[in-house]
Amino acid sequence: MLVLDRVGKTYPNGVRALDALSLKVTPGEILVVIGGSGCGKSTMLRAICGLDAPSQGRVVLNGTTITAPHEQIGIIFQEPRLLPWLRVADNVGFGLEHRPRAERRARVERALDRVGLLDKAQVWPRELSGGQAQRVAIARALVPRPQVLLLDEPFSALDAFTRADLQDHLLDLWADAQPTLIMVTHDVEEAIVLADRIMVMRPRPGRLYEEIACDLPRPRDRQSAAFDFVKRRVLAALDRSLDRAVITDDGETRAVAGGGLWW
Amino acid sequence: MSLVSMTASVEQADVAQAPANARAGRLLRPALGFLLPLTLAVFWEIAVRWGWSSGRLVPPPSVIFQTFADLARTGELELHATVTLSRVAAGFAFGVVAGTLFGALTGYSALTNRLVDPTLQALRAIPSIAWVPLFILWFGIFEASKIILIAVGVFFPVYLGVMGAVLSVDRKIVEVGRVFRLSGIAMVRRILLPAVMPAYVISLRAGLGLGWMFVVAAEFMGASTGLGFLLIDGQQLGKPAQIVAAIVAFAILGKLTDWLIVLVSAPFLRWEDRFARS
Repeated sequence: MLVLDRVGKTYPNGVRALDALSLKVTPGEILVVIGGSGCGKSTMLRAICGLDAPSQGRVVLNGTTITAPHEQIGIIFQEPRLLPWLRVADNVGFGLEHRPRAERRARVERALDRVGLLDKAQVWPRELSGGQAQRVAIARALVPRPQVLLLDEPFSALDAFTRADLQDHLLDLWADAQPTLIMVTHDVEEAIVLADRIMVMRPRPGRLYEEIACDLPRPRDRQSAAFDFVKRRVLAALDRSLDRAVITDDGETRAVAGGGLWW
Repeated sequence: MSLVSMTASVEQADVAQAPANARAGRLLRPALGFLLPLTLAVFWEIAVRWGWSSGRLVPPPSVIFQTFADLARTGELELHATVTLSRVAAGFAFGVVAGTLFGALTGYSALTNRLVDPTLQALRAIPSIAWVPLFILWFGIFEASKIILIAVGVFFPVYLGVMGAVLSVDRKIVEVGRVFRLSGIAMVRRILLPAVMPAYVISLRAGLGLGWMFVVAAEFMGASTGLGFLLIDGQQLGKPAQIVAAIVAFAILGKLTDWLIVLVSAPFLRWEDRFARS
């Protein structure tokens, strides 16, 4: 069980990125966090994985307070962040340095096979496409078998086809060991395809606005009426969370007449 | 013959010719660079042979080559080259060790940077040759002062290169190391070292270039052996061919040692995503 207990983060420049967020995530749950820019989504992930300590409150995994990166918590960033001087296989095995060579090799091979890149094992990262590189990053994060996997807009830099492909792929991989997934995204459809629960956040300061359960049967059909229904609910919640004002990507606020959907 | 078979045969000839042309082009293009110096050399050789010039101050290529061969035959060239090479090697070694150490410290720790970097930058602004009289007073006219002067020349490019490289290591890559809970030493070994490698190799090459520059200055300030001594000796005894032969030796040694660094570092840099791959 992962618990966030009134987690808040104020940056040294005085910006309150996150305001007393409390949250419980059960093992194996897929939680998707969605919200406009500046609502503390990434801040929350960085606090959970121990990269940035929260300024108030605490993150607790199975009774242990997280103060530094933890072996049971993995993270996948928006960019693949592969180490360019290691071949793909060595990148995937990066977190297994202290394991016996044979075990490491077997696990790396299995992981690469699972993401469909076994033939790229001895290739340099520069030779991969964006989607392939992100798949390697997923394999690298999954190989140490974390209980909790955090994803910070992992597919946002990819084209629509690759993105849909990787979403399905992620669900496949999740089914192997069923870690807890917490994913941050801007993409409402992505949220509904993946989530058991969708958390809508609001900005300045970042806090939880609304939770929407998402229990559609899997695999989810993006064209179905039920999918569309959830989508409308999420969009409406997002719209309300922003007080009918739009925070554009460059951080400017702009009023919207009649509360139109801004997606 | 039908039109179709004619064009076909023409195309076949083209296909056969294309790789041959490409191969010839690959061989010829670098050769173009030799055209100008070779023409000048041949021209000067002819000019001296035909008596247009005495060639006393600017010896023709054949005389330079003869001098070079004579120096090599008597073992003089080997002696002087070995002495110079060992001075460069010693100065380079000291300069690289100090530059790497200080560069890593000032790059890694902001406090050290604030404490040490301003002083080093101030010292860097002094033309290193200006140290020569002081070094001679302090360390005498023998090997120590020469090696220290070379080390000072090598130090600064290495120091700057290492500091800059460490400072510019991508925070995002360092975070990957943190997520995988690397200890301080493991972080240096598995993230920082490979990340600074390309810039480090470049700074080593720059440092080596300066090392060769400063060995000449060092040998000018009073030496009885070394290629720099051959230069001074050639000037004082009016032997321009010997001067040019020593210059040629410098060029060869400089190129060879630079190539050695490239060769040794190549296996560590194969991953680089280079603009032009050789």
